[in-house]
Amino acid sequence: MAKKSQTAETKHAKPHVAVFATCLVDLQRPGIGFAAVKLLEAAGCRVSVPENQTCCGQPAYNSGDKTTAVDLAKQMIAEFEQYDYVVVPSGSCGGMVKHHYPKLLADNPHWFERATALENKTFELTQFLCEKYEPDIAFKKYSKSVTYHDSCAGLRELGIKQQPRQLLNKINKINLIEGEEAETCCGFGGLFCVKYPEISTKMTDAKIDDIVKTGAETVIGGDLGCLMTIAGRLKRRGLDIEVRHIAELLADMTDQAAIAEGPKAGGG
Amino acid sequence: MQSTSKQFPENAHEALQDEGLQQALQKLSTGFPLKRLQAAKRLPEFEALRDQARNIKNHVLENLDYYLEQFEDKVTKSGGHVHWCRNSDEARQTILDICQKANAKTVTKSKSMIGEEIAINDFLETNGVTPIETDLGEYIIQLRHEPPSHIIAPAIHLSKQQVAETFLKQHVNLDPDRDLDQPRQLLEEAREQLRQKFLQADVGLTGANMLVAETGSNVLVTNEGNADLTYGVPKVHIVVASLEKIVPTLEDATTVLRVLARSATGQEMSVYTTFCTGPKRPEDTDGPEQYHVVLLDNGRTDLIATEFQEMLRCIRCGACLNHCPVYKAVGGHAYGWVYSGPMGAVLIPGLIGMDEASHLPNASTLCGRCESICPMRIPLPKMLRDWRTRNYQQGKTGIKSRYAMAAWAFMAKRPKLYHGVMGIISSVLSKLGKKYGRFKSLPAAGAWCESRDLPAPQGGTFIQQWQTRRKQDREQSL
Repeated sequence: MAKKSQTAETKHAKPHVAVFATCLVDLQRPGIGFAAVKLLEAAGCRVSVPENQTCCGQPAYNSGDKTTAVDLAKQMIAEFEQYDYVVVPSGSCGGMVKHHYPKLLADNPHWFERATALENKTFELTQFLCEKYEPDIAFKKYSKSVTYHDSCAGLRELGIKQQPRQLLNKINKINLIEGEEAETCCGFGGLFCVKYPEISTKMTDAKIDDIVKTGAETVIGGDLGCLMTIAGRLKRRGLDIEVRHIAELLADMTDQAAIAEGPKAGGG
Repeated sequence: MQSTSKQFPENAHEALQDEGLQQALQKLSTGFPLKRLQAAKRLPEFEALRDQARNIKNHVLENLDYYLEQFEDKVTKSGGHVHWCRNSDEARQTILDICQKANAKTVTKSKSMIGEEIAINDFLETNGVTPIETDLGEYIIQLRHEPPSHIIAPAIHLSKQQVAETFLKQHVNLDPDRDLDQPRQLLEEAREQLRQKFLQADVGLTGANMLVAETGSNVLVTNEGNADLTYGVPKVHIVVASLEKIVPTLEDATTVLRVLARSATGQEMSVYTTFCTGPKRPEDTDGPEQYHVVLLDNGRTDLIATEFQEMLRCIRCGACLNHCPVYKAVGGHAYGWVYSGPMGAVLIPGLIGMDEASHLPNASTLCGRCESICPMRIPLPKMLRDWRTRNYQQGKTGIKSRYAMAAWAFMAKRPKLYHGVMGIISSVLSKLGKKYGRFKSLPAAGAWCESRDLPAPQGGTFIQQWQTRRKQDREQSL
């Protein structure tokens, strides 16, 4: 694999940021990846997308397959450790890298050190944009009212709560309505939603009822897994509420159809 | 108690269809968490107390033998007896022997999860001793022959109408046309019934919220005062408790008490907190003549020095149940054994085995809300995952999941192959789903599509598109 030279970014004095898109964004919604890139570039970063990235290993880890999880953690570390920062548009995958890699590799001093080094330079997208480099961007108006869903790993493993709200409030005249159950799990849980679909659906319905109660026209979140779960159930229930990743709003890339929508927004 | 944990999905299905249960769960999971939050906010040192409580129990678990022996010594010196029981059979037999020696006909009982764990009621009943539950919730479910569905709110699954029906059916000596519409009326009737039982009982059987090593005392916490009438009136007091309930000192016990009620119900203190030490002394005006502590292991020492040791810090406050979205969806009975919620999903496999309880650690999104509110800071999600890991390592994960995981892992470890395959999937699915942006059904996504549409991919993976874009940029700049 081709090692990128670090001298380049010292010369430009721009932080060199690697985007870990996550396997879901890669397959399902590349638009989120491009929105993240746009925001990072607007924040003055030099952005790379390491091409040997696949998955953070969380499905294996949460299924009890520790060996595969360790292999994938090492693969990720080797691919990403050369950059100044790693930015992930997902609290869940970010949590895996920051919170769980060092634990997974705790009994191997060499890899533990590398995992900890990666932990320290990995950020969830909104965290990075609030705490590290603010995007110098004129946030466009978003005319629909929004509510924010706090994804579990982002909230509880990474402490992401104020950052997305702080960023959303930079959007001119944004109407952000908080749900009472914003911090309650949406029922996704990775393989949980297909292993226990009935319970998962009950949880998603509770989440959706809370969203409906806010009266918001759009649900915003920072994790595609949650957003697909919510959007898929919203559509099945025939509810006309848009679902989008926060990066799409911030980067003014809401011309692409919302999650689970056909080409014409609201259609289908 | 016979477990039905193996049928967790079926149990859950039933629970999800039960409208009365769903209403009760809705109330529980909004009421208790809010009260806990307010109680925690009123106490500036609440978070520090959680750390302290955790440290106390960690210290105990590292020195369990020492504190247990100290406890036994103190109990003996105060004139009581400690009975060491390895399992449910030994504990049941010990309790029955004490009852029979006392010629007991009835035993009043204050709420004890260990009592449920060893199924003491059925055992006493078949041996001619009548057990009477005196906690209101426990009394109701005893009349209905049901297990508790919540550690601290055992009849939470029932509506007041159901309780009224039960009373009308069971209290046959009362006017069948009496009015039982109001909760107060139900309470008065239960109180009336129980008052006589308290006075008649030969033995009082209680659990213990804690055992204090330095004094040989047991701590009892209730909101109804029933524990005090249970242990204080009869001639014999039997405490049944699992051995990890021990704390070194009275000071430590009060630290734990400060987080217990706040976490459980949002109360500063429970209404009644009692420390019982030994039998009645000559100068005492009342109290039991005999004091027995039945100390139960039942698989707990097997958890020590394993990845599950921290579970033994649990003080049974029920906060993790109250905050768990899975518990809120299916209630306690679905878990199929004595305990439920996150603490149950970790503890049950440890006590009755993963073969029986393998669903429980899997039926969680690992959302982490339980750990965030646990007064003893037990890393419940980590331990749920640890059970999954153990299962996987022992080859007990289902063949289908195993193959699917292996195939996926094979690809994920080979980025070029992975991106090729994802490129194909994304292009096929995006074409198929282009019109509506989603699928109502898809062969490989059956479980997802049971209740949800599957969003269609936008088309072209991110990595592929990024590479194309970079190539174009390079060509342009040449």
